[in-house]
Amino acid sequence: MKDFPILDKKDTRSGFGKGLYEAALKNPNIVALCADLTGSVKMDEFAKAFPDRFYQMGIAEANMIGVAAGLATAGKIPFTGTFANFSTARVFDQIRQAVAYSNKNVKICASHAGITLGEDGATHQTLEDIGMMKMLPGMTVVVPCDYEQTRLATLAVAEYEGPVYLRFGRPKQVVFTTAAQDFVIGKAQLLDVGRDISIFATGIMVWEAIQACKKLEEMGIDAEIINIHTIKPLDNHAILNSVKKTGCVVTAEEHQINGGLCDSISQLLCREYPVPVEAVAIFDQWGQSGTPDELMKLYNLTSDAIVNAAVKAIQRK
Amino acid sequence: MNVKELQDVAAQVRRDVLRMINGAKSGHPGGSLSCTDYLTALYFKEMNVDPSHFTIEGKDEDIFYLSNGHVCPAWYSVLARRGYYPVSELSTLRKIGSRLQGHPSLSHKLPGIRSASGSLGQGLSVGIGHALAKKADNDDSLVFTLHGDGELQEGQIWEAAMFAASKHVDNIIAAIDYNHQQIDGTIEDVNSLGNLSEKWTAFGWHVININGNNMLEVVTGLEQAKSAAHKGQPVVIILNTKMGFGVDFMYDSHKWHGVAPNDEQLANALSQIPETLGDY
Repeated sequence: MKDFPILDKKDTRSGFGKGLYEAALKNPNIVALCADLTGSVKMDEFAKAFPDRFYQMGIAEANMIGVAAGLATAGKIPFTGTFANFSTARVFDQIRQAVAYSNKNVKICASHAGITLGEDGATHQTLEDIGMMKMLPGMTVVVPCDYEQTRLATLAVAEYEGPVYLRFGRPKQVVFTTAAQDFVIGKAQLLDVGRDISIFATGIMVWEAIQACKKLEEMGIDAEIINIHTIKPLDNHAILNSVKKTGCVVTAEEHQINGGLCDSISQLLCREYPVPVEAVAIFDQWGQSGTPDELMKLYNLTSDAIVNAAVKAIQRK
Repeated sequence: MNVKELQDVAAQVRRDVLRMINGAKSGHPGGSLSCTDYLTALYFKEMNVDPSHFTIEGKDEDIFYLSNGHVCPAWYSVLARRGYYPVSELSTLRKIGSRLQGHPSLSHKLPGIRSASGSLGQGLSVGIGHALAKKADNDDSLVFTLHGDGELQEGQIWEAAMFAASKHVDNIIAAIDYNHQQIDGTIEDVNSLGNLSEKWTAFGWHVININGNNMLEVVTGLEQAKSAAHKGQPVVIILNTKMGFGVDFMYDSHKWHGVAPNDEQLANALSQIPETLGDY
């Protein structure tokens, strides 16, 4: 398989912060709103550089989403920033009516998503957000895999017309993508070609998939790895092309099995090309306190879990 | 337009509202009739708008958001009578394929509408966002919003109220249709708003209290609100109104919040309101 050197270790939220700042340099219509988490969601560089375009909303997320919708109505491109839980569950109806149904060009940017939020525990470990957001007609859902891809995704989101949910996280993660790689919303990223199984991963699970692919290679299994950084619209073409070649699938995501990546891919395959599918995800459980690494192991969000799932899927062919 | 002419428009809007809701066999007459005078004065006298060149952005013109979307029959009628679209379209309210959705929708592209509403409590935030954009763009025009009184039981309204005063969003004029009725009964019985003027004052707003069913007071109140704008504080007009205003058997009763008049009730109601501009 291809080599994926470790280029750095950085948090995806910092990729968002950098991307937002760079997008704002290019486009004066970009504004940012934050609900009292400016440093945590890495909006501080933007806030410092563009104080007139930064709105500190306080701890009032429902109002933040509504204000963003109003700014977008007047032609601005608002990016809202808070934790994933407060970006989705707390404001689902505001997003549904004022943003998605009203088709406003609002970018909902959610940090600290998933179990790797860590020590704060289950109240803050959002594992349902992709499902909530992808159910809304017209909503685009983007989940980049590392710092560099989050930066590029943020730049792409800024240029994209329409409501977007952008999901990223708290801890430092391996950086393995580069600025030279294209990021196109809705176009899956083929990382390594294989013939025995398709591994579709999203977010931080993409790096785990790469590790799994190495282990599978040692076992004589040739896996294909595809990064599904856009959950919606799903790149049906890329998924079906891969599955028609490999005949079985593993999905990997830091999200509930209900409503996430596995759900989207399984729906597609049920309709178009049914094959065995195994999932690495959270299986209808709440999170808990712990370090990100401990939690990833405890909830089986690991390269070993992907390897086991792959072996099982191949056996079911 | 003078007060008599505005009253004539309001009378026709009330007839439209009753006929539209009767035609749809569903809808919300009570609140539509209580806010009719305010919407009429806004669109026919007080707001600077250009119905023939409607844009979503509304640069350099005054903006209106209806937050309590269920009273849209009155808004739809005012928009049509003001020239945003043909009055003949009013007969399509709530019917399949209509641009006049049961609650305002942006995806059906009805001129005059800039945001969906219906789920309560959201319009003040949206209006504040638009007002902030106008400030950023050095656009001196104003943003108006209308809210139901029951709607003020939603927490988001108070998030927005706190924020607007904190950030000196002084180019927004909110209005409350204080008819004291909601679906389950009187506001006082269901969940009292207490001293509403003092609440808004305590939140940092400039408060104006008027009789919202008296056209002269509505016009004067709006003039007063416009002069209070751009002075560092957001402005709210409390419209003291009656649900079902203009129709004796609907007057001041929560029972007409969301019930359509049948043909007999419609005839009775229309006999109480003169046809001034011609029915659609």
